[in-house]
Amino acid sequence: MAVLKEFLDNYGSMLVQGTLETLYMTFFATLNAYIIGLPIGILAEVSRKGGIHPMPVVNKILGIFINIGRSIPFIILLFAAIPVTRFIAGTTIGPKAATVSLIISATPFVARLIENSLREIDGGVIEAAKAMGASDTQIVFKVMLPEALPSIVMGISLATITLVGYTAMAGVTGGGGLGHIAISYGYHRYETNMMMATIVLLILIVQIIQSIGQKLSKLIDKRGKGEN
Amino acid sequence: MIQITELTKVFQTKKQNLTVLNKINIRIEDGDIFGIIGMSGAGKSTLIRCINLLEKPTSGSIEIDGEDITTKSGKQLLKLRKSIGMIFQNFNLLMQKNVRRNIAFGLEIIPIKDFIIEGMSKKEYDVLNYFQKRKLKKAEINRRVDELLALVDLKEKEFNYPAQLSGGQRQRVAIARALATKPTVLLCDEATSALDSLTTKSILKLLKKINEETKVTIIVITHEMNVVQEICNKVVVLDKSEIVAAGSTEEVFSNESSEITQRLIGGIA
Repeated sequence: MAVLKEFLDNYGSMLVQGTLETLYMTFFATLNAYIIGLPIGILAEVSRKGGIHPMPVVNKILGIFINIGRSIPFIILLFAAIPVTRFIAGTTIGPKAATVSLIISATPFVARLIENSLREIDGGVIEAAKAMGASDTQIVFKVMLPEALPSIVMGISLATITLVGYTAMAGVTGGGGLGHIAISYGYHRYETNMMMATIVLLILIVQIIQSIGQKLSKLIDKRGKGEN
Repeated sequence: MIQITELTKVFQTKKQNLTVLNKINIRIEDGDIFGIIGMSGAGKSTLIRCINLLEKPTSGSIEIDGEDITTKSGKQLLKLRKSIGMIFQNFNLLMQKNVRRNIAFGLEIIPIKDFIIEGMSKKEYDVLNYFQKRKLKKAEINRRVDELLALVDLKEKEFNYPAQLSGGQRQRVAIARALATKPTVLLCDEATSALDSLTTKSILKLLKKINEETKVTIIVITHEMNVVQEICNKVVVLDKSEIVAAGSTEEVFSNESSEITQRLIGGIA
């Protein structure tokens, strides 16, 4: 017990700080990735062959963009994006700088998640809306997004968890957060306790996000049987 | 009146051109319950989808009350579709919306500026400000939904979600939804094919009642003989992209000249 107390006295505030930085990076990056990725994902689904408004050229371009974004490993993007990061954040170290690379990396991922969620919707429902005279915009906002919402929520928790992992990698370039602590204390200074502590915290964060996502998705999904 | 003239639909694939409908001529009078019967692959689904332009015909014309609809696009097309209801084999309800919201869907998508309340002139309506219109629209939608719930006898299920309903109840919701905007034509695409025979009977009874009360023209496509015999006053038999028999239901089914008609009557395909 005494050991734990000493450990917390020494490193407690640093770990809290690291956790907060990780959470800040994760949520801020996720939010922005959705602001940019949501419309791209919608457009990708709408414009595909067999979509509600096929636009082959637009779809091809979006597909290439999404695939390029997704094929660059984050650890490489982290370095490759340094000029962009400097331009947007004004610095290349710290959580703020890392967030820029996180957004760049997460946006195509989010777009693909949204596209997949929308594609899961039963085509018959969209056909019915069309038959009732709904415009493309109405189909997107009144049919596709509401019908796909439970799946989109699951996607958000998946994206958030992926980004928690990425923030840890951002620690390599001095991105701050738990990843930075794990690398500079756990690895460079051989403090195994610190390594363990960051791992436990990261596991906790991921578990909490996962279960919130699942609960929320289940709560809003009306496809379950039984009376409400 | 719906006049279909020389309607042809060809699907182009890379390998070949597939003629799904070949020079179809049909005349449907107002208030008819018109059956289109045929085996799967005969082209009936494509035919019914041409009437609200979910499929674009390759050639030929479809006149509704004297106006050719096949050239419509954009806003005019959306407006046309609001005047033609449609129900489906798999109901196609919005799974995340309750019964009321499903029925209201067709009304909700009408822009406020075009949503004229019954018993009100366009001029009177134009005078109202945006918020009054919004309030009125909401009240009017609710009133209409109540009316439709009574029509399809689902009042006690109004706040349930589709997943909590039986097949027959789901189709009733779909019927109410299709009728919400008071269409002049109701298209039924194998509407009872996913239902058991007892439920089929009750849905057909409902369609007949609606036809009698509202005079809406109903076009039924099916591969089931008994559906046609139960409710249709006229019928065409579609086989291999062409009409092989046409006339009143009694005529067509008493005259067993065509092989396909015989097969449909005899074997219940």
